[in-house]
Amino acid sequence: MTNDHHIIEVENLVKKFGSFVANDHLNFYVKRGEIFGFLGANGAGKTTAIKILCGLWKPTSGRIQVAGFDVYKETEKIKRNIGYMSQKFSLYEDMTIAENFTFYGGIYGMRMPGIRKKMSFFLEKLGIVEYKDRVISDLPLGWKQKLAFSIAIMHDPAIVFLDEPTSGVDPLTRRQFWDMIYEAAHDGITVFLTTHYMDEAEYCERVSIMVDGRIEALGTPSEQKKQFGAESMEEVFIRLARKQ
Amino acid sequence: MRTLQFILQKEFIQLFRNKVMVRIIFIIPFVQMLILAYTATFEIKTVRLHVADLDRTKTSRDLAGHFSGSPFYKIVAYSHSEKLSQDDILKNRAHQVLTIPEGFEKDLLTSGNAKVQIVTNAIDGAAAALMNAYTLSIIQDFNINLLVESTGIQAEEPIKTTRSFWFNPELNYINYMVPGILVLLVTIIGMFMSGMNLVKEKETGTIEQINVTPIRKYQFIIGKLLPYWIVGLVELAFGLVLAKLIFDIPIVGNVWLIFLVAAAYLLVTLAMALFVSTKTNTQQQAMFLSWFFLVVFILMSGLFTPVDSMPRWAKVINTINPVAYFIEVIRMIMLKGSGFTDILRNLVILTVYGIFALWVAVWQYRKTT
Amino acid sequence: MRGFIIKEFYHIFRDVRTMIILFGMPVIQILLFGFALTNEIRNARIAVLDHSKDDVTTEIISRITSSGYFILDEYLESEEQIEDLFRKGKIKEVIIFEENFAEKLVKDKTAGIQIIGDASDPNTANLLANYTNAIIKDYQAGMLLNQASIPMVITPEPKMLFNPELKGVFMFVPGIITILLMLVCAMMTSISIAKEKELGTMEILLVSPLKPLQIILGKVTPYILLSLINALTILALGYFVFGMPMRGNIVLLLLETILFIIMALSMGILISTIAKTQQVALMVSLAGLMLPTILLSGFIFPVENMPWALRTLSNIMPSKWFIIIIKNIMLKGIDITYIWKETLILVFMTLFFITLSVKNFKIRLA
Repeated sequence: MTNDHHIIEVENLVKKFGSFVANDHLNFYVKRGEIFGFLGANGAGKTTAIKILCGLWKPTSGRIQVAGFDVYKETEKIKRNIGYMSQKFSLYEDMTIAENFTFYGGIYGMRMPGIRKKMSFFLEKLGIVEYKDRVISDLPLGWKQKLAFSIAIMHDPAIVFLDEPTSGVDPLTRRQFWDMIYEAAHDGITVFLTTHYMDEAEYCERVSIMVDGRIEALGTPSEQKKQFGAESMEEVFIRLARKQ
Repeated sequence: MRTLQFILQKEFIQLFRNKVMVRIIFIIPFVQMLILAYTATFEIKTVRLHVADLDRTKTSRDLAGHFSGSPFYKIVAYSHSEKLSQDDILKNRAHQVLTIPEGFEKDLLTSGNAKVQIVTNAIDGAAAALMNAYTLSIIQDFNINLLVESTGIQAEEPIKTTRSFWFNPELNYINYMVPGILVLLVTIIGMFMSGMNLVKEKETGTIEQINVTPIRKYQFIIGKLLPYWIVGLVELAFGLVLAKLIFDIPIVGNVWLIFLVAAAYLLVTLAMALFVSTKTNTQQQAMFLSWFFLVVFILMSGLFTPVDSMPRWAKVINTINPVAYFIEVIRMIMLKGSGFTDILRNLVILTVYGIFALWVAVWQYRKTT
Repeated sequence: MRGFIIKEFYHIFRDVRTMIILFGMPVIQILLFGFALTNEIRNARIAVLDHSKDDVTTEIISRITSSGYFILDEYLESEEQIEDLFRKGKIKEVIIFEENFAEKLVKDKTAGIQIIGDASDPNTANLLANYTNAIIKDYQAGMLLNQASIPMVITPEPKMLFNPELKGVFMFVPGIITILLMLVCAMMTSISIAKEKELGTMEILLVSPLKPLQIILGKVTPYILLSLINALTILALGYFVFGMPMRGNIVLLLLETILFIIMALSMGILISTIAKTQQVALMVSLAGLMLPTILLSGFIFPVENMPWALRTLSNIMPSKWFIIIIKNIMLKGIDITYIWKETLILVFMTLFFITLSVKNFKIRLA
């Protein structure tokens, strides 16, 4: 079912840790340029799936393609074409903003002029140009988050994976963060994110909900609300979780 | 290659950003040189002697006088009581007690044989043995004097022994210790700092970010290890300069040979650090594990105690002790001027060891991520 | 508060690797060092250059080789070989007998022996030369006594107090206990507190209803227990494996050990109030605690032979006093009346470190 419009294709993904099944026959695809939400409670298997898609872990079985590359054999090619931002904060706290940009740009093979251009682009957008020589540890959490996202997409990846990107930030920052996500999607970057804020699910184009290692629901937010006869995504989620 | 350049740039930025760390890197050599060089000596300069003279005769006083005439002995008390002398040993006021029993002179004159007792505080066994040897030789000397006085045999000793000490005629202990300290310096950088740095990325979670980037494992590892390899060699150079300036240590052999061996040695320590960091998740664990290896390696290496006196199995353990190889070589080069062929064996061992250890460590590293 | 201590215990004990190291390390170290480390010199390799090869030289050589200190590596042919052998590091000493040694001894009443030591290890070189010299002197004294008609001799009777077999392990056991207590208490506490700071979890603890004192107590309690177990393990090994005597009061020894543990912990806390990151805490502990503990405490090297400045410095090393206490209680079997001074010093040091760290802690909070 290889489809040119599908940037991620997952068929029967299974990941076991010993006898524990973290991902139980997952089937889904992500369309090029969409914002795909990957929802579920803690421990539902979201992080496992995202790590497999990023090429960090090998799946136990299943056919998985990311950006047209196979996750078994072509992880290095996958890595060139994706950006990633983890829930654990990933900038170097003891380096300045500029140094972090330079480092991450550099390891994606960008040249210095390109790095500088991208950096001033993002810093202008965030309105913090004058802080470029500040060490990260001195910055407020909201800035760090936005910077981490900027750095994750500075090399223009085909897909950016965001693992719980907004946990622990204030509502205003979350709002601004979502503006950045929309902008990235508008520029053609596919956004794959996990979250447990159900209101954020409403912002996604399509959403899958994982419960205990399986995908229990998949579709646009409005489709799902209709299917479950619910008012909000939060209600959809609670119904699914209760079913267990 | 460009990727590597960016990784290296990042590592050096982080290394030098930590001002405390940089200061420590340059202060440690000073502290170690000054303290270690002066502390690490087994030499006994003075023996504190308590003479318990129960005989109170001319001969007994002569014997005591013979001791006070020797520069090694300091007579801390001259008593006529055994009890007092015991107490002096318990309180650490005296190392040794020489007890001259009652009737000592009489015995000597009548039977030609008299006994004295030497009691040594032997908690430090090695020092005790040495002090005992000194004392025996003083008594032996006194015996010869007696002989000369009573029989009139020619006073000169027939067998003339002369001593010469090569490579270090003044028996300067610092010359011996400082090369060892240099090894210690290089080891601390190679094992501790690099190991902790690697684990730090795990602890703060940045390693995850690195793993999703196209950085190859070998690039990451080189990027992590190379800075410490360089810092280790710079530290060695700094240490050598200090050694020359502070202690005027002779460097008889070729300095570049020292660096060559150090370069190979650092491979081994860096590989060990890498290995430790693949097996640990926090800096605390990493530090603890490296500390364990380091203490064993250093104490077994012959830095402080001679390797030759160790039992066989300990020497077997030392065949995998990189510190032992380096210490042996650096002393040979600096003090004796040993050349390339003299140290070739150790150099080859260290190089092969380093390559092998790196290979194992890199292989283990792949498996964990 | 109890919950907090349990959390700290959980943190330490959950980690099997750390556990193995914490408990395995002292055992391995004491066994290794107890058996392997010795300052004595035995079986030193030497070479002989005998220009004479007569009865007397043969006799002296055989006395030297049968002494147990020396192993005769080879007979040399000429002086030129010496330098090369030393350079290769194969032998430690060369003994040279002059030509016609026995003949000269009888005719001229004098003959010469030259001892050449590889003094790149000055300590060994000096010791070996002394041993060689003593053997030669002994031979000579025998010769002289044979000539004398009325021998007049003083026979010394050496007696080695406290350690008749001159075991090196008697020095190392107290030293290793001290090092380990320092490592576990001071180093591990300082690093574990620095870690909470680095990861930002210290802030969370500080805003909790726990008082700073409670936080610190919670942090250190597990380490007190750990280090006590460690100390007991080493003592037991020393006693059962190495035959180290326990001549004094064991309760007194335990009390002193607890005192030292508390002292080390307060030191660790002090370091952690200064250090911001684990790496810094490690380096400070390493340079500030471990090296001085090894070097200035009399663990390996006798303090009294050091230069004046270092001797003075050694007085502010808590380890020095603790090592004296252990040795006195275990080996000399003396009671508190002999060591009250050392004990008092440790008490004062503890109070000093605690006051200082509480002060630092408050400053940081303010």
